[in-house]
Amino acid sequence: MAKDISTGYEPLSSIDAVTAGLATVGYISTREISTAVFLAHGLRKPILIEGPAGVGKTDLAQSLAKWLSLPVLRLQCYEGLDEGKALYEWKYGKQLLYTQILKEKLNELIGSADNLSTSLGKLASFEDLFFSEQFLESRPLLTAMQQPAGSVLLIDEIDKSDEEFEAFLLEVLSDYQVTVPEIGTIRANVPPLVILTSNNVRELGDALKRRCLHLHIGFPDAARERMIVQARVPDVSDILLKQLVSFVQGVREADVKKRPSISETVDWARTLLLMHTTALDEEFVRTTLNVLLKHESDIAAVSKEVPRLVREATGPDKAGRTASGYPELG
Amino acid sequence: MERTLTNFIRALRSSEVRVSTGEALDATRAVALIGYGDRSLLKDSLGCVLAKSDQEKQVHDRLFDLYFSHSESQADNAASATGNEAEDGASQPPPGDLVELLQSGDESAISTAMERAAEAAGIDDIRFSTQVAYYAQQIIKQMGGEGLQQRLLEALQGREPGDEAEAQDLIDLRRDLTMRARERAERAFDVFGAGETQQFRDDFAAEKRLNALDRYDMERMKGLIAKIAKRLAVKHSRRRRKRNRGQLDVRRTMRANAGLDGVPFNVIWRQKKKDRPKIVAICDVSGSVAQYVRFLLLLLYSLADAVPDIHAFAFSHRLKPVDDILADNEFEAAMAKIIRELGMGSTDYGQAWSDLKVEHESIIDRRTTVIVLGDGRSNYGDPRADLFRDFAQRAKSMIWLNPEGRSQWGTGDSAIPRYLPFCTQMSHVATLKDLERAVDEVLSAYG
Repeated sequence: MAKDISTGYEPLSSIDAVTAGLATVGYISTREISTAVFLAHGLRKPILIEGPAGVGKTDLAQSLAKWLSLPVLRLQCYEGLDEGKALYEWKYGKQLLYTQILKEKLNELIGSADNLSTSLGKLASFEDLFFSEQFLESRPLLTAMQQPAGSVLLIDEIDKSDEEFEAFLLEVLSDYQVTVPEIGTIRANVPPLVILTSNNVRELGDALKRRCLHLHIGFPDAARERMIVQARVPDVSDILLKQLVSFVQGVREADVKKRPSISETVDWARTLLLMHTTALDEEFVRTTLNVLLKHESDIAAVSKEVPRLVREATGPDKAGRTASGYPELG
Repeated sequence: MERTLTNFIRALRSSEVRVSTGEALDATRAVALIGYGDRSLLKDSLGCVLAKSDQEKQVHDRLFDLYFSHSESQADNAASATGNEAEDGASQPPPGDLVELLQSGDESAISTAMERAAEAAGIDDIRFSTQVAYYAQQIIKQMGGEGLQQRLLEALQGREPGDEAEAQDLIDLRRDLTMRARERAERAFDVFGAGETQQFRDDFAAEKRLNALDRYDMERMKGLIAKIAKRLAVKHSRRRRKRNRGQLDVRRTMRANAGLDGVPFNVIWRQKKKDRPKIVAICDVSGSVAQYVRFLLLLLYSLADAVPDIHAFAFSHRLKPVDDILADNEFEAAMAKIIRELGMGSTDYGQAWSDLKVEHESIIDRRTTVIVLGDGRSNYGDPRADLFRDFAQRAKSMIWLNPEGRSQWGTGDSAIPRYLPFCTQMSHVATLKDLERAVDEVLSAYG
């Protein structure tokens, strides 16, 4: 590792340490995810995460912050987001109020001055006061730069923001500094770990992509999904866990508009738990399908497949045991 | 090992993964951080740093496997390989050694020798598949193939009892060696050359005249047009804004003037979003444009993909909307269907315009750009330029993409001169490049 890079953090020891660390806060990582985090940490580069909605893109940032005990600052992007809302704003109200107070004292202050240039000089000293950090309302980006121990900066759904904003982010992402014209350039002592997420609503610019590490998070395989559900809903029984995950995996293969993601699986697991279900059955699946699928046409399409999917999910496993004869493992 | 990485990045670049210098530096830093030891870790890390989209990641993974499969042996001998690089010539095994080496059957030693020879032969400069044989020969030469040849000759001419068997052995060895060298050269071509060859062919196809394209080119063309359509879609999909004077954006104005003590010197107006392009595309599928039909339809198909609210029509003498056909079918099927339903009849522009007028006139309004794809050859029928003028008056602009050159306009049954005065733009589109430019202009007209 080059000597001139100071990340300001204790270096992470290995990829496995990342996986283990994230696991302690309930985030089940994959090798790709851990590699990206490790590199982002070591190279001080932002990660751009792409992938379908609800696969844990935002959650990665939250978990990372929790694990490293850093504050997380979230900037939700939307069309029309500008630097005023992302970076800083002057506290106009407070400035006005102070001006009013000052007005009454004005005579006292410049009373002693007998000509214009002296009084101007005296006034100028107040002007600087008004455009100081005291009157600066810092928004997520600036706040992230000012954290003394570093932070996790989550820029969510960057693809929803305008292209102007994307261009504006470049300075922040490559130099970890922001410029406030009235004050000057504010540089982060400890650069934040930046995580950008995108749902690919629009194609991002090359300049932005170039500054980031690219990570794609897709739907998890059955084993990982089971671990995630287990971590999030620890009360769910092993047998139900196995069944519901294999059911969801089956639904994902079906021809649906919006495939259920991990967050939906977790919601569904919670639903099942709430209703004291111990094993999947057709009737029950049909009534709770709306937790898993968000389009009327998808629900209609999958409803027809429910018997088959349930049969597959609850069918005899490799050892030849059936769902009903499966001993409760607790 | 720096060199290994640089060459890998070069291979990526030749396969259209754009890697900037900055990213190359990042890759070096990443490698410094994780080391070369763990192959799959290296693959994940480089993929993370160098590839910027899913597609690029796939290219990266494929190239990584190809590239690092041969540097595996290099990595094993990393120390000696880098140390000896300068005096490569000196450390080359003398000719006699080659036979011994091959006979020893020591796989790792043979591949190390071959890697060195390949490097000395400058294999990374390979660009075209036709160079494979040449580079294979160079590799053998660098490994001391001449010595082998010499010994083989001696054995063949020899009269002693063992000579014949020895000659046979040597022939076998030579054959194995040739095959290995060829494989090595082919792999180098896959890594460094394939992308550029593809690029070369694409460039060539883009410049080729559309009526001269054969079936093979057509396949390539499909990919190219899809690429162009994507590029255009990305470029033009952003919402357009229009300044709307008269409505003050108070918050932004205050902010912009905060440095001026809140005195509004710079006034910022509210902006209104402008509509996305609204396009009506009309495509001639008659016999006279038979050579171009495939291509014009391909363009129509790609446009339908790129622009969300396009209305597409096709005609030879009657005009019909083809939006549904384009939306529901793959290109080949859509084309077959359109041609079956509408195509290859005798052209009648007049009839087509009157169909458009009677049944679909309402879709043309002052926000619409009408694109006509056709040659304007109307079999001496009434071109109904009056109807065309009406459309031109209603529409925002009329754009005609003509596969015929300017010199042919107005010759024979071409009615182009009658339409020309009402067109905002009439472009001669002979190659794919022309086409991209023309469509880009069409879409830019909204800016």
